[in-house]
Amino acid sequence: MLAMNYRGPYRVRADHKPDPVIEHPGDAIVRVTRSCICGSDLHLYHGMVPDTRVGHTFGHEFIGEVVDIGSDVHKLKVGDRVLVPFNLFCGSCFFCQRELYGNCHNTNAQATAVGGIYGYSHTAGGYDGGQAELVRVPMADVGPMIIPDDIHDEDAVLMTDALPTGYQAAEMGDIQEGDTVVVFGAGPVGIFAAKSAWLMGAGRVIVVDEVEYRLEFVQRYAQCEVVNFRSVNDMAEHIKKMTDGLGADVCIDAVGGDAAGSIAQTLTGRLMKLQAGSSIVLHWCINSVRKGGNVSIIGVYGPTFNAVPIGNALNKGLTMRMNQASVRRHLPRLIEHIRAGRINPKGIITHRVPLEEVADAYHIFSSKLDNCIKTVLIPPSAREVKAVQSSAPQ
Amino acid sequence: MEANREHRHDHDHGNDHAHGHVHQHPLQGDFKDVPRRPGREQLAHIEGWGADLDRKDRPGVPMERTPPRFIHQHEGKLPQQPQNVEVLTSTERGNAITPIFGTVQPPSGLSGMLRRMAFKWSENDLRHWLILLAADRINVVEGVGEDLARGKVPNVLAEMGIKSEWQYNRAGLVKKAVIAGAVVGTVAYLLRRRER
Repeated sequence: MLAMNYRGPYRVRADHKPDPVIEHPGDAIVRVTRSCICGSDLHLYHGMVPDTRVGHTFGHEFIGEVVDIGSDVHKLKVGDRVLVPFNLFCGSCFFCQRELYGNCHNTNAQATAVGGIYGYSHTAGGYDGGQAELVRVPMADVGPMIIPDDIHDEDAVLMTDALPTGYQAAEMGDIQEGDTVVVFGAGPVGIFAAKSAWLMGAGRVIVVDEVEYRLEFVQRYAQCEVVNFRSVNDMAEHIKKMTDGLGADVCIDAVGGDAAGSIAQTLTGRLMKLQAGSSIVLHWCINSVRKGGNVSIIGVYGPTFNAVPIGNALNKGLTMRMNQASVRRHLPRLIEHIRAGRINPKGIITHRVPLEEVADAYHIFSSKLDNCIKTVLIPPSAREVKAVQSSAPQ
Repeated sequence: MEANREHRHDHDHGNDHAHGHVHQHPLQGDFKDVPRRPGREQLAHIEGWGADLDRKDRPGVPMERTPPRFIHQHEGKLPQQPQNVEVLTSTERGNAITPIFGTVQPPSGLSGMLRRMAFKWSENDLRHWLILLAADRINVVEGVGEDLARGKVPNVLAEMGIKSEWQYNRAGLVKKAVIAGAVVGTVAYLLRRRER
């Protein structure tokens, strides 16, 4: 099969690899029809996640069709069209029993802090991901969801991660009616967090980024205010000015360790790897939120440590919530929102690229070229099926 | 209130004192002490506004809830995946193998030796992560070696997406090439000068 192949920081290519096989009776093999490049894939692409091995296939946002099942799979059958949440989870462990599907204890032998994630290094379990023609999907009865007929493929693929992650970011902010919510990061997750903040009754939504075309996009798509941090002298001071000197009620970090905005943080976090990425956005969140406010962290950081003003968080009495998205439990509600026309996930897709051109797709997304917001990869086998369907007699 | 506006302060403003100038601060009392909140009618144009205002409509509130919803739970003990390749395991779970695990890219070569060494320490220990990062960098060199051994010369520029850089950021690419050329040229010149 054809699959994305990691060769080192900033180097990927499409290569042929052996097809995945059933390794556990609960496994299924899924033929991918659409996969995405996620902002968090860039942490891998930039070489920031420890134990990212050469030859690894990234991709934790994918949908497809079931082509094989193990002997212990009873809820799925060959031919089912499924969306696969980015986190692998068993449904049975202490954490899954509490709906913490992003914190499963049974799918990652190599670490305890993080559960299994498709195509996200061996630190997240060592599973190849969905930027390929075929994927091994463990616990197939538990994780994947059959896509309802009225849900478009491109909406479905964004429900595997970006949309529920953005929604959960807003949810963890515990937004109350009329709250001022500041979302740092105008990538796909930040865009969906801004959109979700309105669903939860925010009074103002302000999105902060440095990329002008992304700010223009989110302003239009999420009907929010925007701030380019390059145009302000001091982020916390600016947010305070915008909020009558008090600070925002809720700040959301939708960037993580790849953040720009501070020379010191970029040097120590991104270039020298002396901390687990640049934590400037978390710094801004803590200092921009009001006393007693909420900080929600959904941006990804590495596993070591970061320099953040935790003393200010204490002195201000902040509540900080964070987690990997528990995708599966958000899906029914998000489908309702899509059906009601409250949110149009596929509206953020700007690039549809053949899997063969994965190197350019990564570079475009990473370097923010060609006004890129979200990239979907289409494997050759999915294109062939579509071509056959469209040429079939009516 | 007017009396308050007369407020002055006497801390040091450097040269201000020399000129007899006393800097006037804005007054804290001039700021709102309650945040302004737009009314519902002002937000009516926002698509879907308030659809999940009620916490009962937020599927992740509270963050932990049991019994779990929306999944088909496996009945009985999870079957154990047979282990046919080397899988490194965390000391924080007593090096136990999980019922389900990934099997791709098992450790190999020098990077593999380093990875095995890293797993002697827990995730709580910085050495674990630093050794893994070092192994990752060595693995990149091993990857080039593997390509060459298979008769494939890796097209590094293509792997880095030079085609799209040329297409969408031609000026930037030229600039990077000029800078890289200048750096390489300078180093070559200095080395040659040193040899003489």
